[in-house]
Amino acid sequence: MESVSIGKSVSELHELLVHKDISSAELTKAYIDRIQAVDPDLQAYLTVLEDEAMAQAAEVDQKIAQGEALKPLEGIPMALKDNMCTEGIRTSCASKMLENFVPPYNATVTNRLRAAGTILLGKLNMDEFAMGSSTENSYFTKTRNPWNLECVPGGSSGGSAVAVAGDEAAFTLGSDTGGSIRQPAAFCGVVGMKPTYGAVSRLGLIAFASSLDQIGPFTKTVRDNALVMNAIAGYDALDSTSVPYETPDYTKFLVNDIKGLKIGIPREYFGEGIDPDVAKGIKAGIQTLIDLGAEVAECSLPHTEYAIPAYYLIATAEASSNLARYDGVRYGYRADSNDVLGMFKKTRAEGFGQEVKRRIMLGTYALSSGYYDAYYLKAQKVRTLIKQDFDKAFEKFDVLLSPTAPTPAFKFGEKSADPLAMYLSDITTVPINLAGIPAISIPAGFVNGLPIGMQLMGKAFGEGALYRVAYTFEQNTNYHSLKPNLSGEVLTCGSR
Amino acid sequence: MVVANKYEMVCGLEVHVELQTKTKIFCSCTTEFGGEQNTHVCPVCLGMPGALPVLNREVVNYAIKAGLALNCEIAEFSKFDRKNYFYPDLSKNYQTSQFDLPICGKGGLEIEVDGEKKWIGITRAHMEEDAGKLVHSGDTITTSNESSVDYNRAGVPLLEIVSEPDMRSIPEVLAYLEKLVQILEYTEVSDCRLEQGSVRFDINVSLRPMGATTLGTRTETKNLNSFSSVRRCMEYEVARQARVLDAGEKVVQETRTWDEGQGVTLTLRSKEEAHDYRYFPEPDLAPLVIDREWVERIRKTLPELPEARRARLQALGLSAYDAGVITQAKALSDFFDAALSSYGDAKTLANWVMGDVTRLLNTNQCSVVDSPISATQLAELLGLIDKGTISGKIAKSVLEDMYSTGKDAGVIVKEKGLAQISDEGALIGIIDDVISANPQSVEDFRAGKDRAIGFLVGQIMKATKGQANPGLVNKLLKEKLS
Ligand SMILES: [Zn+2]
Repeated sequence: MESVSIGKSVSELHELLVHKDISSAELTKAYIDRIQAVDPDLQAYLTVLEDEAMAQAAEVDQKIAQGEALKPLEGIPMALKDNMCTEGIRTSCASKMLENFVPPYNATVTNRLRAAGTILLGKLNMDEFAMGSSTENSYFTKTRNPWNLECVPGGSSGGSAVAVAGDEAAFTLGSDTGGSIRQPAAFCGVVGMKPTYGAVSRLGLIAFASSLDQIGPFTKTVRDNALVMNAIAGYDALDSTSVPYETPDYTKFLVNDIKGLKIGIPREYFGEGIDPDVAKGIKAGIQTLIDLGAEVAECSLPHTEYAIPAYYLIATAEASSNLARYDGVRYGYRADSNDVLGMFKKTRAEGFGQEVKRRIMLGTYALSSGYYDAYYLKAQKVRTLIKQDFDKAFEKFDVLLSPTAPTPAFKFGEKSADPLAMYLSDITTVPINLAGIPAISIPAGFVNGLPIGMQLMGKAFGEGALYRVAYTFEQNTNYHSLKPNLSGEVLTCGSR
Repeated sequence: MVVANKYEMVCGLEVHVELQTKTKIFCSCTTEFGGEQNTHVCPVCLGMPGALPVLNREVVNYAIKAGLALNCEIAEFSKFDRKNYFYPDLSKNYQTSQFDLPICGKGGLEIEVDGEKKWIGITRAHMEEDAGKLVHSGDTITTSNESSVDYNRAGVPLLEIVSEPDMRSIPEVLAYLEKLVQILEYTEVSDCRLEQGSVRFDINVSLRPMGATTLGTRTETKNLNSFSSVRRCMEYEVARQARVLDAGEKVVQETRTWDEGQGVTLTLRSKEEAHDYRYFPEPDLAPLVIDREWVERIRKTLPELPEARRARLQALGLSAYDAGVITQAKALSDFFDAALSSYGDAKTLANWVMGDVTRLLNTNQCSVVDSPISATQLAELLGLIDKGTISGKIAKSVLEDMYSTGKDAGVIVKEKGLAQISDEGALIGIIDDVISANPQSVEDFRAGKDRAIGFLVGQIMKATKGQANPGLVNKLLKEKLS
C-alpha cells in the first residue's frame, strides 16, 4: 500500500506534519515501503537505514506531540550520496576500496541536516569516487533512469537524482565536480543546484577534485531546493575553502516575476554536439521567459572550447593526489602481499575500478616533472580565462542560460566504451565548476519521453537570482509535476 | 676546509625543526612527544577520507618569529603545496609543504670560528607537516615481518631552514648549527630537544679542486639528529669523496644515509631513482597573506637575541669570554638577567653564576630551569655579603644549604647564627683576651713587624668561629695597639 503523501514536495509534507495529517513515522515508513517497492528496479540506494530512520522519526513525532514548532525540514525523509561521511554508517564512495569503510565522523552537511531535524533514509549510488557521467562506474550496481529503465540516470550523483525522481526520498544531496548534480537532475527531470564554490562546506565530502567539488540539493521543486540550501549553506571554519559569507534566506528570492531581468544565451553552449531536439526544447523555454518579461540576448564565452581539456587536467591532477591515501594501511580495502610496496600496488590495482585508475594515471602524468608547465599550469591559466569570460558576461547579464546537457539520457553502455565521448558530453557543465559559480538545472521539457534540463548560471553567490528565474519558470510550466510511470510503461510527453 | 691540500669542501644544510606549538599544524591534536601509539590522532592527521586541513595560525606566528630572528624576509604572499610520494608513515601519501612560495625568504646569520667572523646565508625557510613513525619488528621496513605506524608525530609542525652552500669546513658547519639552534631556542619557537628528534639535519656536501670556482658534484645525506653525528658523518663523507676523486673517478650525485653504528654513509637512492614529488598548490588551503602589521606584531615579541645580550653584558663590565659563557644557553642567560634585576654588580654575579652555582648544578646534574635556588634568592645572598652580614666564605656554605633546603639565604643565616659580629662591645672583650694571651705578637707588631697583626686577627676570627666582621676587627685592633 502506498501512501498518498509520497511524491509531494518538502513544503507540502511540512504542512501535513504541522497539521498532524501525518506523523513523521508514517511518512518515513511510507518512503521505506516505496524504496522496497521500486528500488529493486531503480537501484538508487546502496544502504537503507530503516531502523535508524524510524527511530529518528519517532523523536520528531515526540516533539510534535509536545507542541514544539517544526523547522522547515524537520521530520522530512531524505538521503545522501554515498561520498558524504556519516558517523557509524558505511560510506563507500561506490568503491570496492571503501566497501566496508565506516567513518568515525559526520560531514558538515550531515550534521547540518541532522540539526535541521531531517530523517536519513540511506546512502545513494554514484559513479565510483564521483568519477563518471552515468553512474555506470559504481562498483556495486547500475542505477536506472525512472523515465526509461534502459537509460542511465546520469552521473555521478545518479542515485541522488533517481531517489527524488522515483519518490524514494523527499530530497537528496549530491556533489558536483563537473556537472555531477546538474546533468543527472536534467536526465531525471528534477531540480539540482550546484552552489558557488565555498558556499557549502566540503568537510566530510570524500574528495575527488578539491578545487571543483561542491555539495548541493536535488529536489522536486525550486522552493524545496531553496529550503534545503537554507539548511546546508554557510561558512564552516573547518573547511578552509568555505567562504565567510552571510547566507541569505533563499526562499526570499522565490518570486513569480522576472520582468526586466537580463538573461544571456552563450552561443558556444548551443554548438556542435547539442542534440537539435534538446536545443529546440531549450529555445522554447527561452521563449517562455521572454514572454514572462525577461530581456534575453545572445552572448559569448569564447574560451569554452578549452574547458574540457582544462577540466580533465585539473580534476585528474587533484584526484591523483586525493586518492593516494587509499593504500590499505589505515582503512579500507587491503590486498595481501609480503612487502609494503607490493601491498600498495595490489591494494590499488584491486580496490579501484577502471575509470578511477584511468584518471589517477592521467593526473599523475599531468603533474609529472617536465609536464607540469605544459599541462597543469596551462590548465590553470585557461581556468582564469574561463572565469574572466563569465565575469565579462555578468557585467551585462543577471543570469546565463543553456541546456544542462547536450542530449537526454542515453542507453547503458552507449558511451562507456568511449571515455572521450563521455568526457565531451560535459561541455555545458564543467566551465561552471572551473569558474566556481553557481548553476541550477530545472526540468524544461521532454525529448522522446526523456526529460531535458535547462541550466541557469549566476555570478558567485548569486544563487538568489537563479532561484528567482527558476521559480518563475516553474510557476509558469508544468514539467516538474510530471512523473515517470514506474509500472514499466514509459511516459511520453511533448514539450508543454 | 682543505682536504689533503687538494680539495676544498663546500657545504650547505637543510635543518628541520619541530615548532613547539601546543597543537599540530592542520588539526587540534596535541604535539606532545611520546604518548601511547596513535593516541594523538584525529581524522585530519590520519588522512581519513573527507578530512580537511585548517592552518594553525600559531605555526605561522612561530615561523615568522624564527624568520625574523634569522634575518629572513617574510613573504607577503605565501602558499602551501602538496609533495606527493608513497610511504606508509605519510597518512595521505602526500606531505603538505611549501614549494615555490615559502614563508621566509633570504636571510642568514653570523658565525665565528677561531676568532674569525663569517656570514652564512639562509636561502629560505618553509612550513610543513611532520610524518608519522614506522615501528619495525626487524631492522628495516624491507627485512621486517611486521611494521606498524605511529601517527602521533604526523602533522607536528616543522620549519625547514635551507642554508646557502656557504660553509667551507666542519667547524663552520658546527658553528652554524650551534648558532642556529641557539637562536631557535632563544626565540622559543622550538625546544630543540635533539635527543627526541625535534631537530634533524640534511647535509649537502661536495669537494672541488683548490682554487676552482665551479661546484663539484654533491651528495645529500639525510636525517642526522645530533651534532656529533654531523661531525662524524661529514668527516667520513668528505674523506670518501676525496678518495673517489683521488682515484680519478666521479662523485655520484645521490641521496645517502648515515649509519651511526658503522660510522659510514650509504647510498639511499641515486639521482635516477630520485622521487618526482609532483608538487602542486594545496587546493584545500587558501594562500597565506601576511600583512606587514602581522610581521611587526611578531617582531615586538622577539626576545633579545644572544648577540645583543652578549654586548649588553660586556658593556656591564664582563669579559667577552664570560659574556659568551653566560649567553650560550638561554636558560642560564635568563637566570643571570633575573638575578641582575635585583643585584646590580654584574661582575660579581657572573663569578658566582659561572662558578659556585654552575658547579652545584653540574654536580647534581640539574638544569638551570629546575634549579632549587632561584635567581632572586641568589641576588639576596650576594646582597648579604655586600651589606657585611656574612663573609664571602660563609656565603659559599650558605649557598650549599640553599641548594639542599630551598630556603632563603637570610633564613639560613639566622637559623644557623652565621651573621657576622659587628657589635664593637662584643668584639672589644674578645680582642682584649687575644691581646693579653699573645704578648709576643703585640711586641712584634709594636716593633714594626706588620705581619704580626695578621696572626692576631686570625686568633680573633678563630675565637668567633669566623663570624667576626674582619674589617671591624682590623680597625679595633689597630686602635688598641697604637
Ligand atoms: Zn589530528
